[in-house]
Amino acid sequence: METEKIKETIHMISDENLDVRTITMGISLLDCIDSDSDVACERIYQKITTKAKHLVEVGHQIEVEYGIPIINKRISVTPISIIAAASNDKDYFKYAQTLDKAAKVLGVNFIGGFSALVQKGYQTGDLKLIRSLPQVLAETELVCASVNVGSTRSGINMDAVAEMGKIIKQSSERSFMSNTKLVVFCNAVEDNPFMAGAFHGVGERDTVINVGVSGPGVVKHALEKVKGSTMDVVAETIKQTAFKVTRMGQLVGTLASERLGVPFGIVDLSLAPTPAVGDSVAQILEEIGLEKVGTHGTTAALALLNDAVKKGGIMACSHVGGLSGAFIPVSEDAGMIDGVTSGSLNIEKLEAMTAVCSVGLDMIAIPGKTPAETISAMIADEAAIGMINNKTTAVRVLPIPGKDVGETVEFGGLLGRAPVMAVNNASSAAMIQRGGLIPAPIHSFKN
Amino acid sequence: MKAILTTIGKDQVGIIAGVSHFLAEKEINISDVSQTIMNGYFTMMMMVEIQNNKTDFAVLSQQLDELGKQLGVEIKIRREEIYDAMHQL
Repeated sequence: METEKIKETIHMISDENLDVRTITMGISLLDCIDSDSDVACERIYQKITTKAKHLVEVGHQIEVEYGIPIINKRISVTPISIIAAASNDKDYFKYAQTLDKAAKVLGVNFIGGFSALVQKGYQTGDLKLIRSLPQVLAETELVCASVNVGSTRSGINMDAVAEMGKIIKQSSERSFMSNTKLVVFCNAVEDNPFMAGAFHGVGERDTVINVGVSGPGVVKHALEKVKGSTMDVVAETIKQTAFKVTRMGQLVGTLASERLGVPFGIVDLSLAPTPAVGDSVAQILEEIGLEKVGTHGTTAALALLNDAVKKGGIMACSHVGGLSGAFIPVSEDAGMIDGVTSGSLNIEKLEAMTAVCSVGLDMIAIPGKTPAETISAMIADEAAIGMINNKTTAVRVLPIPGKDVGETVEFGGLLGRAPVMAVNNASSAAMIQRGGLIPAPIHSFKN
Repeated sequence: MKAILTTIGKDQVGIIAGVSHFLAEKEINISDVSQTIMNGYFTMMMMVEIQNNKTDFAVLSQQLDELGKQLGVEIKIRREEIYDAMHQL
């Protein structure tokens, strides 16, 4: 019995918030398509509730037997714009209600895939889905939505970017919580287990289990032991820690896949923070040697962290996928919140950070009076970073009606709380109103 | 199946006896044991063999939780594979 290793594992779980963030079952709905939306919705409900019948139960069994907290059990489905396109419905609210009902019956935490992929233009169902979003986000509880507006291969659909600014604004007016369930992507991935951006890509198997790990607290603790050492040692320490964390994700995914009789897809090697003390990505960056996250050096420290997590994790599991990297959501990370309230971290720095980590401007509260065109322009900037750098970027900004810079908004639970951040007040409207398509970059022509 | 049982808490009379008595009652064999005092806390690790067909893991885990409360310590049980997975290639 190797007592040191046992102690280390127990310490990671009990004191450093090591957990599996999510087991997400991806389910294809392509075989549920029907021109009659009632028939389609009934098939969708039956398929989800049959395939994922034991998901929550199995997740719980693994938690008990292995003593690993599994925070969320989730479902992702084929983008609904594809599934609903055959129907003549005026909007797709009915489909969202069906997903919400299925998720509630199963007891899962979220269901993702109320999505549209419009990077090069709209197909039949896309615009209907997008325009259903304000109602869907306000009137369903567990449905998560995403829209992919750009990609390295096809450029950025600026009509969709303009539309999404308006949709985000309208959604926030119905409920300030709505936009916590909506992500606007560039280069969206098809096997992402994390919400709100998860959907089940059309190239995936019929049903699949994907796992997202977490563990910023474990990385921070490991770095506390190498204070003053060179950056080489920092990178090596993060790699070794990421390896262990990912091995646990691989084990949980393998077990879940065997017990559910569903193929194992990928492990998403991510450092996902929570608002809990000691579960913060910002605090890892500060441990590397920054007085406050957001100061000069933050981007370099984050680049090292993101890369070392991937290098450590990649050998620890059979298939890597999803977003894989460090997440920097502001409201969900106690250190990021501190950075903003102390004036060290602003939107411009966060944008720079998104060029070197796994996602984008995430869970950022902005003043309710921010014009739709400014929100669109923020989306365009992020999409451009993703398009040019061949990476996924995302925007989940939250205009808070009636609140202005300096005030704070509470979302509760894993979503945390967010200080309202300043945006640039100069107008971007004339650019956004142009619409059209930003052409794909030169380096996308690889054939 | 093999599992690792860990007992952590303030040192006092009867912890080892309490835990081993409970395991014997449940016909669970102890195949290895290690015990130290760490930062003033009593820390015991036991490798145990559980007969799959006789024991419901969830129930066992709950009973150990209750036993821990009686003895004033924290008792956790986890299947062994988690430790192997994290530390061995």
